[in-house]
Amino acid sequence: MNLTLKIWRQKNAKDKGQMVDYKIGGIEPDMSFLEMLDVLNNELVEKGDDPVAFDHDCREGICGMCSLFINGEAHGPDRGITTCQLHMRKFKDGDTIYIEPFRAKAFPVIKDLVVDRSSFDRIQHAGGFISVNTSGNTQDANNIPIKKHDADRAFDAATCIGCGACVASCKNSSAMLFVSAKVSQFALLPQGRVEATERVLNMVEAMDQEGFGNCTNTGACEVECPKGISLENIARMNREYLAASVK
Amino acid sequence: MALDNKIPQGPIASKWTDYKNHINLINPANKRNIDVIIVGTGLAGGSAAATLAELGYNVKAFCYQDSPRRAHSIAAQGGINAAKNYQGDGDSIYRLFYETVKGGDYRSREANVHRLAEVSVNIIDQCVAQGVPLAREYGGLLDNRSFGGTQVSRTFYAKGQTGQQLLLGAYSAMNRQIGRGKIKMYNRHEMLDVVIVNGKARGIIARNLVTGEIERHSAHAVVIATGGYGNVFFLSTNAMGSNVTAAWKAHKRGAYFANPCYTQIHPTCIPVTGDHQSKLTLMSESLRNDGRIWVPKKLEDAQAIREGKLKATQIAEADRDYYLERRYPSFGNLVPRDVASRAAKERCDAGFGVNATGEAVYLDFASAIDRYGKEQARIHHLDENDAKLVYDLGKKVVENKYGNLFQMYYKIVDEDPYTTPMMIYPAVHYTMGGVWVDYNLMTTIEGCYCLGEANFSDHGANRLGASALMQGLADGYFVLPYTIGDYLSKDIRTGKISTDTPEFEEAENNVRSMIDHLMNNKGEHSVDYFHKKLGKIMWNKVGMARNAQGLTEAMDEIAALREDFYKNVKVSGKAESFNQELEKALRVADFLELGELFAKDALHREESCGGHFREEHQTEEGEAKRDDENFSYVAAWEYKGNPREAILHKESLVYENIKMVTRSYK
Ligand SMILES: Cc1cc2nc3c(=O)[nH]c(=O)nc-3n(C[C@H](O)[C@H](O)[C@H](O)COP(=O)(O)OP(=O)(O)OC[C@H]3O[C@@H](n4cnc5c(N)ncnc54)[C@H](O)[C@@H]3O)c2cc1C
Ligand code: SF4
Ligand code: FES
Repeated sequence: MNLTLKIWRQKNAKDKGQMVDYKIGGIEPDMSFLEMLDVLNNELVEKGDDPVAFDHDCREGICGMCSLFINGEAHGPDRGITTCQLHMRKFKDGDTIYIEPFRAKAFPVIKDLVVDRSSFDRIQHAGGFISVNTSGNTQDANNIPIKKHDADRAFDAATCIGCGACVASCKNSSAMLFVSAKVSQFALLPQGRVEATERVLNMVEAMDQEGFGNCTNTGACEVECPKGISLENIARMNREYLAASVK
Repeated sequence: MALDNKIPQGPIASKWTDYKNHINLINPANKRNIDVIIVGTGLAGGSAAATLAELGYNVKAFCYQDSPRRAHSIAAQGGINAAKNYQGDGDSIYRLFYETVKGGDYRSREANVHRLAEVSVNIIDQCVAQGVPLAREYGGLLDNRSFGGTQVSRTFYAKGQTGQQLLLGAYSAMNRQIGRGKIKMYNRHEMLDVVIVNGKARGIIARNLVTGEIERHSAHAVVIATGGYGNVFFLSTNAMGSNVTAAWKAHKRGAYFANPCYTQIHPTCIPVTGDHQSKLTLMSESLRNDGRIWVPKKLEDAQAIREGKLKATQIAEADRDYYLERRYPSFGNLVPRDVASRAAKERCDAGFGVNATGEAVYLDFASAIDRYGKEQARIHHLDENDAKLVYDLGKKVVENKYGNLFQMYYKIVDEDPYTTPMMIYPAVHYTMGGVWVDYNLMTTIEGCYCLGEANFSDHGANRLGASALMQGLADGYFVLPYTIGDYLSKDIRTGKISTDTPEFEEAENNVRSMIDHLMNNKGEHSVDYFHKKLGKIMWNKVGMARNAQGLTEAMDEIAALREDFYKNVKVSGKAESFNQELEKALRVADFLELGELFAKDALHREESCGGHFREEHQTEEGEAKRDDENFSYVAAWEYKGNPREAILHKESLVYENIKMVTRSYK
């Protein structure tokens, strides 16, 4: 396949940045999207140009490191996947592809397509944990049976990979889906109930401080989430928050 | 220097308890004056950072990703072992200990493995208390499954995302300490050298990957937990950034490197499709619980499949060779990974491979779907002769167990694994070798510790499934916090370690001159160009089967490639900024040294054991042939300026509690 790529280039956080055109050939349908960028970068390096910076690591859809806004969609045109799982068979010979970073005030650009998502970490520092000592003296794991239904729902919430696609695809750059997934995971488990009140209050406060926008129930986040995190989590978080606020 | 493994005296079952009862403790007020650097925040480093911070030390933790939550441990799919015997199927600490030593082909240290089996029980309790959502049964209790190489059900799991959930557990424990200010987290930082002062590890040199700044960090002890080095093969199941740099730099400063050639090749990966490929994707081994592995019996069928003239589903049952079930009737599809991998290679080499390149075998779920479907039909009083119904019911069960893996396969290969068997092939997965450590997890550099996949200690020559996660968390949560405390108890009056010393200066200059060289080199090839070449040499001559001639050639070829790299590599951009090419170049430079030592180690080990298969040493049936008489030792290499000149030190392995027998899975 021969493609035209329009890629956001930005030297560093202070640079203004702009879209730059690249032509590329010899792309196979079996390549992943990131492998296609590897081919481009290899050409750029051998020419002595600065390769396009983009984040990635596991390349199998689980670390949450890859990002990219492709043709106006977080993680590109396919559903239920991350960018590293997107394959070139989703494109056609001669296509023009727009590649941009995940844009949000709380995700400043570091370089080109790489953004800083450490605001997610800071929200977690505020309460994304259960306060238990790592001493090895905890009670036997089977002492507290947990209904399979609850355990499964906690697991579903816990599958969030912290990629930020929800933020990038939300018109308000809201982080509600991400934060609610974390809040829900713990709220659904007996171990997490004990601190549920402070947790939801602290995490929501940290989220607001980081400059994420409000949730207006548009649902774009759920559509673009590679792990199918459900809006129900937002509803659960809102209930938790309300209950905590009146306590 | 003679190797002292510091194994405590006494009966194996009480060594660890006795040890803990007799070490020196540090009072909390003094812990506040002690700094510990932890490099790497995967399961091993993350759990260590959280625990040491909780005990009261000042922890500085480093990782190259933008967040600890993305460490490569997150990719582990299958599960984690623990000797809980919740299933009542005869498991025990002794049995886990025994099977781990045997599975490692008697090339691991008894005392370490026993300790691992002992603390495995606590790991599960700890993780559940932290809110890790491990799989449960309808009764509300934890569920287990079995994994390759064992006959009990002792593997705890969270669908196909066990690593992610365990890592998020350790990460949340870290978050609690970061929030309290007890851990200072350095994301997007890469350790490029370790600093030794008066024979003790006292700090590191790190590069801030965002700004390119070179930083000095001091501490009373340095812990390296930077994972495995499988990426020396270029193609592997590891994350793209996984590297040997920190471990290798420690090696160059005096830490012995043990058993570098022990590599685990995982049998169930998605096969290579072409030269563009950047990594290989693992399909969890748990699939072998239900999937059956086969190739066609007839060469002409295999040929027709490769040419696209025949489909897997068109091959009659009688014309399929379920070669694992045939060769290893008692373990069948659940033989250990080295055995399953070699058997797949053997069939493909003989011409029975089923994809275009002839390097793939089938992993088939048709009979599992049928079996589960009928069971469900019976449970719900439905018609078990209704094929469509049975298929739908069975598919649901399989989907529940492995859904995300099937989806992952579908996304990559573009074929529906529910209706056509998956294609799989072995790939480089895990490195059992690593930095040599004693019982305390200390390297041959005083005050420098090494945990998790980066060390060599617990897995011998063939790590069994679900044991790496166990080791990472055991080391970090439950072992290091004791052993390092004993060491640090001597440091309570030392005070802050200054970074304004000649040792820091020298290490910093060392890093700078390497970076300068790479940046100013007027070469013409990208870093990947060299990395891919190295990978080819490694896979072809130091891969699943090795022989003396190939290994000797590999050593020369790697040395020549290294020379070419320094002459011809081209790194664009600037050193003082975010520069991913430079990051890669620094990592590949170290792989180019490690690769040679790796081949040298494989050459000297004139036997076959676990993940190390020397063609010269096999039985008539093509099984690995160990030489306990001459090779019951850990090969620990001392750096001497060039990997080829490394000096061998032997730590002999003594089995007092286990009788060494030939592994047989027949
Ligand atoms: C696909 C896959 C599936 C697996 N499945 C299983 C399984 O089911 N069960 C099982 O038991 N095991 C499994 N394993 C093995 C297991 O996941 C790993 O062995 C284990 O997670 C390694 O943990 P670790 O903490 O040692 O290292 P890692 O998790 O690799 O962490 C390394 C850390 O070091 C950091 N780092 C590396 N280099 C540097 C540097 N120079 N400077 C600063 N930081 C650095 C990284 O940022 C990271 O934080 C699997 C492995 C893979 C690849
Ligand atoms: S909720 Fe979904 S989109 Fe948002 S961070 Fe988590 S996985 Fe990514
Ligand atoms: S690179 Fe890890 S999710 Fe894409």
